[in-house]
Amino acid sequence: MKLYEYQARTLFEKYGIASAPGRVAGNPDEAFQVAQELESACAVKAQVLVGGRGKAGGVKIAKNPDEVRQHAGRILDMTIKSLPVKKVLVSKAVDIEQEFYIGFTVDRTAKAIAFIASAAGGIDIEELAVHEPEKIHRLTINPLQGMDENEMRFLLQQVFVEPELATRTLDTAQKLYRLFTENDCSLVEINPFALTKSGELLALDAKVVIDDNALFAHEDLEKLRNREEYGPDELEANEWGLSFINLDGNIGCIVNGAGLAMATMDLIKLFGGSPANFLDVGGSSSPEKVLHAFEIISHNPGVKAILINIFGGITRCDDIAKGILQARQRMKLSIPLVIRLIGTNEKEGRALLNKAGIEAYEDLTSAVKKVVEFV
Amino acid sequence: MSILIDLETRVLVQGITGHDGSFHAGSMLAYGTRIVAGVTPGRGGQVINGVPVFNTVLEAREQTQPDCTIIFVPARFATSALREAADAEIPLIVCITEGIPVLEMLSNFHYIRDRGLRLIGPNCPGLITPERCKVGIMPARIHKAGRIGVISRSGTLTYEIVYNLTLRGYGQSTCIGIGGDPVVGTGFVELLEMFEKDVGTHAVVLVGEIGGEEEERASEYIADHMSTPVAGFISGKTAPPGKRMGHAGAIISGGRGTAEAKLEAFKEAGVPVADRPDEVPHIISELLQN
Repeated sequence: MKLYEYQARTLFEKYGIASAPGRVAGNPDEAFQVAQELESACAVKAQVLVGGRGKAGGVKIAKNPDEVRQHAGRILDMTIKSLPVKKVLVSKAVDIEQEFYIGFTVDRTAKAIAFIASAAGGIDIEELAVHEPEKIHRLTINPLQGMDENEMRFLLQQVFVEPELATRTLDTAQKLYRLFTENDCSLVEINPFALTKSGELLALDAKVVIDDNALFAHEDLEKLRNREEYGPDELEANEWGLSFINLDGNIGCIVNGAGLAMATMDLIKLFGGSPANFLDVGGSSSPEKVLHAFEIISHNPGVKAILINIFGGITRCDDIAKGILQARQRMKLSIPLVIRLIGTNEKEGRALLNKAGIEAYEDLTSAVKKVVEFV
Repeated sequence: MSILIDLETRVLVQGITGHDGSFHAGSMLAYGTRIVAGVTPGRGGQVINGVPVFNTVLEAREQTQPDCTIIFVPARFATSALREAADAEIPLIVCITEGIPVLEMLSNFHYIRDRGLRLIGPNCPGLITPERCKVGIMPARIHKAGRIGVISRSGTLTYEIVYNLTLRGYGQSTCIGIGGDPVVGTGFVELLEMFEKDVGTHAVVLVGEIGGEEEERASEYIADHMSTPVAGFISGKTAPPGKRMGHAGAIISGGRGTAEAKLEAFKEAGVPVADRPDEVPHIISELLQN
């Protein structure tokens, strides 16, 4: 779950991490008012859940409240990477001496929390990692042992050079580490972490991603969930316990299991077709889930045929067959349907379908070839 | 021959009275797995399918000496179940549970490793040594005893591959699902090491998917250390970057974890890759002839 910058700033505040003073605004007049209170030149920043807003023109500096209002108006009319901007953050503009980067993430290979710091802040850290990896400093932290202060100090001195800056950053990093671990984050990032001309160290952006699996333990964070992060179909799918992602093709897919769902999409492509979606009906099946899967796929007018691929383990083929029959009854399916059914209770499932005059394939390759022929 | 589990493996089921735990304990028993005990706090003293239930793993260990435990408890209780198994020093811990927070799993990983124990999973189908021992949730009848080792990050895709192997007469020594989460207890490399040492395994199928670097590290290991031939498969070639494809671990982020990178790594290591699940037996046939 991604947080907006203004939401992440609230978390920063709670942990004592300093940002430039400011507030979020939902319309130009509110933005104007925030600027008046700040009595200073301001940065007006689009609040979106994707990167690259600066390049898209979503960040502007304004000299006075009137300019803030103008910029806010323009930014609030923008769409960045197909997401409409609904809020702007108005914060005090600061004179920057140097921009740094600090952040924590999970290193799945090292089985550790990784601290990352760089003196080349302000730019895309992933680009930097590819092109100038020597500018990125990393330290892995065993979560059972926690952060080793001496190791951190040593690393920060390499990045910040001046011992006094390193010491102050160590304090920020410790707070950020607490924020990261106590809120089950998968990423926290301050970029840029800026040294101002007046000698302050400020978080000029705030990026926080929370582990979806941990939300049950954080009711306060669950409330911050931003529905814009997901498409309407994805949200509907999640409500029914389905995992769904829209793609560009025209063959709708209903599969059990994420790995098999991906392999099915790949196979469609291999035989010259193009998948319209990723859809995993999950482990324990129920006819209702299949029905909802059909409904979600039918929202997409570009779908010309549907492929169902079920390898029953926990999922029972007769449950899937019942779902298919219910869907046929309730919805007018005018497009071809190709079914592959195998595994737990496949005889029962096949019998149910046969009674309704539907054939089901046993082998995957034949089913995929067939569905590709239809489009 | 086999790795990790065999006829003599004594299995404990944590969460044996739950919906999934009781169902799968029954199917494992039916397969011939030696289930010696179950654990559910507060249900000690009950007997389910002839299996005695204990309140704690420690009690179960003292009474029944299991050397493997399989965990079916819901995600929010999984960390305490894992730690209880580790505290009781059960050598092999298999965690089926899906949805455990990744930071908890990072800590659990070290907690278990520090005690010299092995974890398989979480978010995995478990493992099976066909016709001898099943510690997992896979449909047993698609398996057949034989000489092919199978390791995978996925559940149903593994069934698909195993089904094709069995269909063409290639039985399996042991099949292991390592789990679809970003942080799992045992990776491909360690399992490849075990298969390399196992005289009963004549070839290995490695079923990977997008996300992380497990496949790349496995490729390096295969190139440098393996004489047993390996066939590869990668799912997610059509997956868009930045989207989590069902599995928490299956995501292309920051330009890393792409199918291309994994296919390239396999190629460099001389690992032939099947484009389709039904091609896997043909590749295995060629590998075994050479």
